[in-house]
Amino acid sequence: MSLLSKKNMRFLKDPLMDNNPISTQVLGICSALAVTVQMQTAIVMSVAVVSVLAFSNVLISLIRNKVPSNIRIIVELAIIATLVILVDQVLKAFLYDISKQLSVFVGLIITNCIVLGRAEAFALQNKPWPSFLDGVGNGLGYSMILIVVAFGREILGSGTLLGFQVIPDAAYAAGYQNMGLMVLAPGAFILLGLIIWVQRTITGTVSD
Amino acid sequence: MASKPRITKAYTLGFAAAVTMVCSVLLASAATLLKDRQEQNVQLDIKCNILSVLELIESKDVEAQQAFSLFDDNIVSFVVDLNGQQINDRKAEDVDPKADPELLPVFARQDGFELTAFCIPIQGKALWSTVKGYIALENDLNTIKGITFYSHGETPGLGGEIDKEWFTTAFKGKTILNDAGEIVSVEIVKGKIRPGESNPEHKVDGISGATLTTKGLNIFIKATLEKYEPYFKTVRGENS
Repeated sequence: MSLLSKKNMRFLKDPLMDNNPISTQVLGICSALAVTVQMQTAIVMSVAVVSVLAFSNVLISLIRNKVPSNIRIIVELAIIATLVILVDQVLKAFLYDISKQLSVFVGLIITNCIVLGRAEAFALQNKPWPSFLDGVGNGLGYSMILIVVAFGREILGSGTLLGFQVIPDAAYAAGYQNMGLMVLAPGAFILLGLIIWVQRTITGTVSD
Repeated sequence: MASKPRITKAYTLGFAAAVTMVCSVLLASAATLLKDRQEQNVQLDIKCNILSVLELIESKDVEAQQAFSLFDDNIVSFVVDLNGQQINDRKAEDVDPKADPELLPVFARQDGFELTAFCIPIQGKALWSTVKGYIALENDLNTIKGITFYSHGETPGLGGEIDKEWFTTAFKGKTILNDAGEIVSVEIVKGKIRPGESNPEHKVDGISGATLTTKGLNIFIKATLEKYEPYFKTVRGENS
């Protein structure tokens, strides 16, 4: 079986659209609301989640035949927690400002349902390579929504993208105002709702 | 498919012990390796906070080199005691408020030979955590020049808003002394300052959803200012 066979690619692509962890499964909402005021924090958070998901899936898949099933959740959590703390330490050492802005939300990746969910639902039954792809795919699915929401919130709420002003001064002079709502959590709820609506219309997902 | 190992109690215990060992070794080595860099970041962040509250820099993202040289060139730091006497054998940076509550560090901005503003550390319990920050006073030692909080564990979006600019800028220009020259400190009110409220010069708009956090701030800001008052009195005496 080749590494990027059709079947394997499905593990990567499925969570991007048809089975997106945020918009279809509605997991990981808490952090999606909290870190999407700016693109920069959303991107760093995305990288953190993708790496934690990919590595936790691989590690759990590697020990899937060895782990005693009565302590498997604790073992999974220990692995996830270790990875999250490592990411947090690296951010504190190299991206201190952003790590301050992300505050508790990096630590809270531990409790992000996506991570434990993929470990339980996928990594425990599959080989390391498909598990890796599944982790990256789900991570990217999460990231995609995060970045789209952050894009909307930053441009509408602050008139900037990645910190650079994009709404021209002339527009402000003509009476344009930044939307205060977008800086607050409800702004993320509204955008997220719209995204889920659009996406479910396209994919035709009906939930009961 | 590899065959599952036979699960015995001993195997389970052994497995748990092995996972714990591997995780702790990983975490311990990461923490040790990255410690220096993290410490440096924290020190830089503290200096940037002092610089910004004394209005030597406009935003907190400056290069490390620039921040350290600005700090060395423009700021004199010293330690005073509870009676306002300067203590010569201690450095302000090394004072740990937990270990020596009687030593009071001061970071003063020096323009030429004059001290034009005074920055003092404030810290205390808020709702969930110990909040740390700095407050700076103009050289009348009455008007607030700025306030900043650099470390806290309050709820993001609620109490966590205390480190945001919209909140801290409201302190600028408020005064801490009443007409009789007694310390009244500043008070963060619940909600907004209502029109016609008495003494608006000592009051600051609150944060909705963070009343308990701001109550904590009110208490420790006042307590800190009262501790420094003997020293402030001597400076005011020299100035007038």
